[in-house]
Amino acid sequence: MPFDIRAIRRDFPILQTTVRGKPLVYLDNAATSQTPQCVIDALTHYYAQSNANIHRGLHYLAEQATLAYEETRKRVATFIGARSSREVIFTRNATEALNLVAQSYGRATLQPGDEILLTEMEHHSNLIPWQLIAKERGAVLRFIPVVATGALDLSRIDTLIGPRTKIVAFTMLSNVMGTITPVRELIQRAHAVGAVAVIDAAQGAAHRPLSVAEFDCDFLAFSAHKMCGPTGVGILYGKAEHLEQMPPFLGGGEMIHTVELTHSTWAEIPHKFEAGTPNIADVIAFRVALDYLATIGMDKIWAHEEQLTRYAAQRLAAMKKVTIYGPGLEDLRDAVIAFNVKGIHPHDVSQALDFEGVAIRAGHHCCQPLMRRLGVAATNRASIAFYNTFEEIDLFISALERTQQFFGVAS
Amino acid sequence: MNGLDELYRDVILDHFKSPRGKGILHDATIIAEGKNPLCGDELTLYVTLDGERIVQLRWDGHGCALCMASASMLAESMTQQPLDTVQHMAQAVLDMMHGAALPTHLRMGDIEVMEGVKKFPVRIKCVLLPWTTLQEGMKHHDAHTAQHVSFSY
Ligand SMILES: Cc1ncc(COP(=O)(O)O)c(C=O)c1O
Repeated sequence: MPFDIRAIRRDFPILQTTVRGKPLVYLDNAATSQTPQCVIDALTHYYAQSNANIHRGLHYLAEQATLAYEETRKRVATFIGARSSREVIFTRNATEALNLVAQSYGRATLQPGDEILLTEMEHHSNLIPWQLIAKERGAVLRFIPVVATGALDLSRIDTLIGPRTKIVAFTMLSNVMGTITPVRELIQRAHAVGAVAVIDAAQGAAHRPLSVAEFDCDFLAFSAHKMCGPTGVGILYGKAEHLEQMPPFLGGGEMIHTVELTHSTWAEIPHKFEAGTPNIADVIAFRVALDYLATIGMDKIWAHEEQLTRYAAQRLAAMKKVTIYGPGLEDLRDAVIAFNVKGIHPHDVSQALDFEGVAIRAGHHCCQPLMRRLGVAATNRASIAFYNTFEEIDLFISALERTQQFFGVAS
Repeated sequence: MNGLDELYRDVILDHFKSPRGKGILHDATIIAEGKNPLCGDELTLYVTLDGERIVQLRWDGHGCALCMASASMLAESMTQQPLDTVQHMAQAVLDMMHGAALPTHLRMGDIEVMEGVKKFPVRIKCVLLPWTTLQEGMKHHDAHTAQHVSFSY
């Protein structure tokens, strides 16, 4: 199917709206993506026609809801190239998925003095869970440094990874700089010392085709809301051999096999990790989002975004007062651009752009350590999705030029 | 730009572009640092006191236009004020940003134009940082030695 941007944009009701009297130019996709009509329809259809609790009732609706819920699990497994849908666990978001790994796998395996290797560019969601479990278990956190071009500095990796390393956790794609990390290489390094590799794909899964089988990663986490799905659904992929050994994360209904007053046995994976009534409606609607993305094609999505990102970076780089953080214009960068305008605080920039209908984000982007590394308190961030257009980038740039004039910063 | 000048009124932009009272006082009686770690606004107030009166107030720092303009307005209105008036003025600004009218008996200076920022709740803190920093600093003014206070907002 050809990539028809006009048709694609028509699928998203919100892209037809105006903000403060201007057509919406939505460039905050790294925070959350917009939702196509088919996903919205799936949600209403569920509540209007098949609302029931799953895995419990014997009646028709319960059966239908259970089937649809498990259908999404299979769909996710295919989408990420997992061998079996038993390896797919539904959580609330990527954050909860990462916490699950830290609290269950981490607590069960980490010994005092063991090491967890992270990077300096992690989102707080892939940092705090490890801080918490490291403190509890007496483990040590180590960090792969980030260099000025936003890349990971692997030159001293041999001193950072060794026999004490038990977990290597890192992002596929920086949610600040758009840096693409060497996923395969890091996974191989982890496995070479017997550590497990945990991938934060919260950004990565939304932008690039990926295959957990090909990566051979042990765990991979992402959020539905960043890839055209509803909010409230996260996915944890884990190799069955790990999941089977791991203790439960949360306890309650659904995750049990038999329950006595003083002890219980657990359900098989993946149900062992899904305590209580899950987010049924949103999980069911997420399948439609995945079908939607697959119909367009992740390779085409990536190709369009790559061109748009390159174009936006070039336009920004041509502005004298703008500093872009991370990869250079010739380097690979995916969908995310952090920048500052000399003399105008990011909050003022994003506020001014908002008056022009342009939505970007300003702040530390849940990456305070990375901000310190870049030597800034905050940045602007424009982040792109496949439904964005070259015209929108032009609108964004001309709004930015007017912002400079408004605050008296010569361009 | 459309609507933008309602938030960033001319007076605010003027304070932002030509800040008043910006600088450092080496003989300050009170040095108070305030920070908003969420957005990175940061400023330090330098105050010299003569008994119960502010003789001089300077500030230094970096942050958004609203925070910088607010610090400039504070510096302009505070010099030579008795300390009890200073306390009342700081409180009046806090109250104004949370919906109260400014008291008519205080000469508040330009800060009253910031009232419009109320409509942008996330930006209220930007305006308040200089004033809360001053309040924190004043809490410690009883001591006769120079005070260095720092706090996060
Ligand atoms: C790289 C990265 N990791 C993790 C997360 C957390 O995602 P969520 O808030 O959906 O749990 C985000 C989202 O901002 C992210 O960009």
